[in-house]
Amino acid sequence: MKRNTILSIAASLVILTAVTLADATLGRFTIRILNLSAIYIILALSLNLLNGFTGLFSLGHAGFMAVGAYVSALLTMSPAQKEMNFFLEPIVPFLANVQLPFPIALIAAGTCAGIVAVVIGVPALRLRDDYLAIATLGFAEIIRVILTNTQNITNGAQGLKGITKYSTTWVVWSCAILAIVFMLALVRSSYGRTMKAVRDDEIAAEAMGVNIVKVKSTSFVISSFMAGVGGALLGHMITTIDPKMFTLILTFNILLIVVLGGNGSITGSVLGAIIVTVLMEALRFLDMPMNFLFFKTDGLPGLRMVIFSILLMIVVLYRQRGLMGNKEFSWDGAFSLLGRKRRSGKGGRP
Amino acid sequence: MIRTEGVSMRFGGLTAVSDLNMSIQKNEIVGLIGPNGAGKTTAFNTITGVYKPSDGRIIFKDKDITGLKPHKITERGIARTFQNIRLWSQMDVLENVLVACHLRMGVGVFASTLHLPSYQAKEKRSHDFAMTLLESVGLADQAHEAATSLPYGKQRRLEIVRALATQPSLLLLDEPAAGMNPQESIELMDFIGKIRDEYDLTILLIEHHMQVVMGVCSRMYVLDYGETIAHGTPDEIRHDPKVIEAYLGVD
Amino acid sequence: MDIATFFQQMANAMSLGSLYALIAIGYTMVYGILRLINFAHGDVFMLGAYFAFYAVTALAMPWGIAFIVAIGLTGLFGMGLERAAYRPLRDSPKISIMISAIGASFLIENVGVVLFGGRPKSFPSIPLFDTVIHFGSVSVLSVSLFIPVVTLIILAALLWIVNGTRTGLAMRAVSTDLDAARLMAIDVNKTISLTFGISSVLAGIGGIMRTMKYPQLNPLMGFMPGLKCFIAAVIGGIGNIQGAVLGGFLLGFIEIMIVAFLPELTGYRDAFAFVLLIAVLLAKPSGLLGKNQTVKV
Repeated sequence: MKRNTILSIAASLVILTAVTLADATLGRFTIRILNLSAIYIILALSLNLLNGFTGLFSLGHAGFMAVGAYVSALLTMSPAQKEMNFFLEPIVPFLANVQLPFPIALIAAGTCAGIVAVVIGVPALRLRDDYLAIATLGFAEIIRVILTNTQNITNGAQGLKGITKYSTTWVVWSCAILAIVFMLALVRSSYGRTMKAVRDDEIAAEAMGVNIVKVKSTSFVISSFMAGVGGALLGHMITTIDPKMFTLILTFNILLIVVLGGNGSITGSVLGAIIVTVLMEALRFLDMPMNFLFFKTDGLPGLRMVIFSILLMIVVLYRQRGLMGNKEFSWDGAFSLLGRKRRSGKGGRP
Repeated sequence: MIRTEGVSMRFGGLTAVSDLNMSIQKNEIVGLIGPNGAGKTTAFNTITGVYKPSDGRIIFKDKDITGLKPHKITERGIARTFQNIRLWSQMDVLENVLVACHLRMGVGVFASTLHLPSYQAKEKRSHDFAMTLLESVGLADQAHEAATSLPYGKQRRLEIVRALATQPSLLLLDEPAAGMNPQESIELMDFIGKIRDEYDLTILLIEHHMQVVMGVCSRMYVLDYGETIAHGTPDEIRHDPKVIEAYLGVD
Repeated sequence: MDIATFFQQMANAMSLGSLYALIAIGYTMVYGILRLINFAHGDVFMLGAYFAFYAVTALAMPWGIAFIVAIGLTGLFGMGLERAAYRPLRDSPKISIMISAIGASFLIENVGVVLFGGRPKSFPSIPLFDTVIHFGSVSVLSVSLFIPVVTLIILAALLWIVNGTRTGLAMRAVSTDLDAARLMAIDVNKTISLTFGISSVLAGIGGIMRTMKYPQLNPLMGFMPGLKCFIAAVIGGIGNIQGAVLGGFLLGFIEIMIVAFLPELTGYRDAFAFVLLIAVLLAKPSGLLGKNQTVKV
């Protein structure tokens, strides 16, 4: 136990040092992928908490991310930037002169997403399975429609430009590691076990004294908080946000990560996030004009999403457990794997 | 201990349980029997709050618990098992018991996640309690196996242990001997008597194995088409013409 | 608002409502039989419109034949979709089937973007549907009158199939209890396949009629109507064909009327359906015409 804790802390430090070094040496494109991976780790973990650990199928993630992204952007922008952005209609006075430090804005982003989750969760969590999915999707769409129409708060369809780039490699990876540690602690705790009980059999959980409404709401609020933070980090990374960013496609990408990695596996979500982010950027060329030796194409926008949809279908149809099933990486597991390899390596030579 | 006063449960036009009046004293073991579809499980479901009765009241320890949520009723001290085993399939044996321990731990999501010292002490206590319970049914060796990989008889015992982990004063067992061979059934009878004494329990059980019911219960209620057609000691029931009629049918 | 505008809006609401109803029936039939939200249903609707478009333009078919071919193809596509994306998962957890449905929906949309191009296409005008008819000061597009009539004819035919034929009996049996139906020697796979076929045919007809009314096609045109019609089906009581029709009309009317009477809410138009959905689910989760169901323990 002690040894493993030390190893985990060491590994976290190594990762942070490595990404900091990477930040100093690598090109902008690579750094973008690196940082995007960290943000997707946070988002995938938050969806996995609902989908994989509590058994609640929500399609509303993009909505909570949007809330987080807007809150943090509006709270950190300088009054001058706001004036530049809101040229169609001036911003409401109470927001015009607010400017808070980034860490506070980030927490506010998560908190606001959490508050929206409370408001939405109370009615929606009474619904089961597919009804919950549609209702949460509906709420996300409602949030998007509101963002588009409240010109004097969100700047409507024009979105916000020139958001400060606070999401440095160091910041996003620290947040990602924090999210991983938090999730591990949560799902391995007594409270985390009650979540899994709700997922496996709600009626039995209730009969064994688990307050399922409370457990579901808690999971929903925590997940939304994380989605809000993830959304805020995303906004501060690409520095421009508008309501069109936060459609079902965004939720679909996160869902793909969770399913690919394995529903109910934290390790899976981390691996899935990295794989999908890298693929997403690596396959960008598919949407661009291509020049083969003998013929040219003008580029086929949508081809990348075709590949991702097929990937999702293949996983669901042929390997529902995803990469990791519901298993986790553990130091003991890693050591025994190494040990076995070494032993079998020795035994293999007569 | 527990009293049902004129409890009825109707689904649309169908009356599954009508005018049920049961009264069980502390430390009794009482049987609830009847042919298939007689409304026994529905009676359990109304007592444990899965259904809200259409009529009547349920009094437990002199308090009205009618219409409370299932988890609240468990908190008051009523625990149950299920006819069609409902173990948490993706968790191991020990975890199944630990979830049931959570109720009495009194830790919230924050203490739990932050692994505060108070939480760690409680978690250790739960862990020890769960292992003790598992040892008492001979499942300690399989604590880390998947719950649903156990053989049927052991799954039934695990369900009982899980219910015990909520520290109930009234235990409802829904067909605990279903799918067991005669040898296992006899062991189960002993086990039911043993846990009653050890944990100071009152037990209400649904059972089809007449041998088990007659052997372990001091009194029993007989349901048929939702109506209570008889109640009394095993001997009285055995010779009650209405019961014989309900089970054997008459032309 | 003067009386002419009112009738004008009524005519709009009638045609929008019957379009919604037509697609909602497809959702409700599939849900009734498999307890599955066919997330890709809206995209099947989009395909129906594109099939008709290419039949008329690229293959230069007369529109009558083109429509029949397109509707037939859409029906076949729906059966293929069930075969490929849903049948292998019939015994899997509900979440997996749902994910497969979402995957299928995205796949169809994006294959659509790749094959048909992302830019909207315009459907060539067909005079029979394009004429403006005047009733006093109210003027409506002729297609707006066709749509409700077609919907009613289809509804009558469908109710006859479901309640009056052996196939319908099989459908109802599978919907009540799939395993029991199998034991009674009903060909469950065939029945489900047929249900998907019928529901997709309806989507195809819906897609074509919608294109007659708004002659712009794009690969994502099925997404919003798809969601809204699912909502219509839930409002009416999912699994219930009359309910789907009621829900479709209700939604169509509410959308048109709110925009007509409270134009300042026009921007929120797409949110009405969801607000209505949530209100209905909270007040009467089984929908207006649905039956209450108790979970068995």
